[in-house]
Amino acid sequence: MAVAATPPAGGAYLERYADARRRLAAGSAPWLEGWRRAGAEAFRGAGFPTIKHEDWRFTPLYGLVEGDFSVDAPAAPFDQSRIKGVTFGREAGNRLVFVNGRLRSDLSSLKQLSPGIELLSFAEALASRPRLVEAALGTAPGLAGHPFAALNAAFAADGYVLHLAPGARSEAPIEILWIGSGADKPPVYHPRNLVVAGNGAHATVIEHHVGLCIGAYFSDTVTEIALGEGAVLRHCKVQDESREAFHLALTGARLAAGAHYDSFVYSAGGRLSRNEIHVALEGRRAQCRLNGAYLGRGEQIVDHTTVIDHASPETSSKELYKGVLDGRARGVFQGRIAVRPHAQKTDGQQMNRALLLSDKAEIASKPELEISADDVKCSHGATAGELDDVSLFYLRSRGIPEAEARRLLVEAFLNEVIDSVALAGMRLTLERNIARWMAGPA
Amino acid sequence: MLEIKDLHATVDGKEILRGLSLSIKAGEVHAIMGPNGSGKSTLSYVLAGRDGYAVTKGEVLYRGKNLLAMEPEVRAAEGVFLAFQYPVEIPGVSNTTFLKHALNAVRKHRGESELDAMQFVKLLRETMKKLGMSEEMLKRAVNVGFSGGEKKRNEVLQMALLKPAFAVLDETDSGLDIDALKVVSDGVNSLRAPDRAMLVITHYQRLLDYIVPDHVHVLAKGRIVRSGDKSLALELEKSGYAAFAKEAA
Repeated sequence: MAVAATPPAGGAYLERYADARRRLAAGSAPWLEGWRRAGAEAFRGAGFPTIKHEDWRFTPLYGLVEGDFSVDAPAAPFDQSRIKGVTFGREAGNRLVFVNGRLRSDLSSLKQLSPGIELLSFAEALASRPRLVEAALGTAPGLAGHPFAALNAAFAADGYVLHLAPGARSEAPIEILWIGSGADKPPVYHPRNLVVAGNGAHATVIEHHVGLCIGAYFSDTVTEIALGEGAVLRHCKVQDESREAFHLALTGARLAAGAHYDSFVYSAGGRLSRNEIHVALEGRRAQCRLNGAYLGRGEQIVDHTTVIDHASPETSSKELYKGVLDGRARGVFQGRIAVRPHAQKTDGQQMNRALLLSDKAEIASKPELEISADDVKCSHGATAGELDDVSLFYLRSRGIPEAEARRLLVEAFLNEVIDSVALAGMRLTLERNIARWMAGPA
Repeated sequence: MLEIKDLHATVDGKEILRGLSLSIKAGEVHAIMGPNGSGKSTLSYVLAGRDGYAVTKGEVLYRGKNLLAMEPEVRAAEGVFLAFQYPVEIPGVSNTTFLKHALNAVRKHRGESELDAMQFVKLLRETMKKLGMSEEMLKRAVNVGFSGGEKKRNEVLQMALLKPAFAVLDETDSGLDIDALKVVSDGVNSLRAPDRAMLVITHYQRLLDYIVPDHVHVLAKGRIVRSGDKSLALELEKSGYAAFAKEAA
């Protein structure tokens, strides 16, 4: 006799937004609607993960499951002059601006796109480049069986699509600005982004997620990246959502031989954030570097999860995450490195270091190595520590006030990873953000 | 300038200073000599305000103010400087950034305008030139990868920039060969001034050949057991500390 199970929360969630799904379905191509429906069914079966799921042990989704959000909610009016304060000015001539997950062409500009580069919204691409979208969609590693990839598919309406022809080089960085702006009811949006780079193409993408409101919203993003042979993508993300926001971001990157994926993530916003990156190093000598800096305080949960699949010989991965946690914040770092049996001469290095500024702050580090080849170099490490008393006293004994001394030491701790960011303007932005964070309340 | 009266201090519940009294006037250089464990470093940390050093009795007046009530950064800004026996390495903070923050914090406290980057670098270069120091030390992180001599020179540089009224030099000779000792001592001597007092803490008489004190005190078991002029240091060199340890008992 089967015992009636508690209905998974996924079904209830889908029912709540049935109208939105019907609106999406209207006018969609059958293949697209089929894809969305498959996503919905997968989410109905899986539901929201709970802390009983190994991958979500440290990241409870309280407040998200029962949250009453609004799909396609009109944005609350916000002061557009504030956009200037959160963009990178001169460094980005090409910028797409999304508000609550929808492209705002009036705020976007595409001035300096080099030949062979297309940058458009997901909605536009569905109309003008349906084959490109159809071929790329759902092919990235890490998406299969992932509840939030499924949820995203069920509601995916917009996002950005970046296509680089073989050999194309984007001289100016491409900037994507995501603005969360809650109205009467907190909005939810499910952006689906695609980056397809042909052999030898080069691009830099800067993403900035920012809340221009005080209230809650839920951003459930999926980014699929496919890099051809020798292609290089620098991907820099600043996550500064509102303190009430839920930010779940899943990135899957597939790399052909000699390709290079260089990711940097700064996470400081959101009541709950998870930045999850899956990289499949499929071709020989493909390499990735995943770096991150995170800051948490109050009751924030800041999760970074990475999964690297060394599927070919001579592939390499380097990861360095450094975080500063204050108040009762919890940091989570989960890093899995898998080396397939034939992937000899691979090099995988992973490190997570956390600085705890209060007794109540905590860090959960979960490294996992699954090595099936014998000629490999793999290492992982995790540290958690407090500010060094002796250093603090030394600075104070030279007249530097305690708060300033603490800030200097926190910045010094993060410098190692901030310095890995190639764009000078980006480093300045990050340094300013960190200084502002340090000046804020615990 | 500095008046220490019947100072008692404990570390981890253990009494290290047991009734130390000392009076230092502007322009004077005093030396405190003593064997290991006599309380030399405890005295310097108590004066600088390090956590974990509890004063249980007595007082310290600095220019008539209660020094012990001040936070470490306030003591520094008011003109008290401790040259560390073991200068601290701080990875990730460049020496220049550190020096600039320190100087501007102190200037701000004194009601002087903060220096901008240009003004600061100019002052820094001039000061280093006077002290015969290489600018290469500025690019590195604070004391990271510095030799023993470079670390001590960096302390002297900080002192030269912050212009304290009262400086404590804690075992400045430790870890230095004779050449480095001479360079560091020259730096210290160049900072001797009628309105500045110094307290040189050392185990060995050797340092006092280079930084010649006006007064010498012998510290044993947490109190001063003998005071004299510089000849006392030479006497100590001959007789050793054993005789004084008995006096303290």
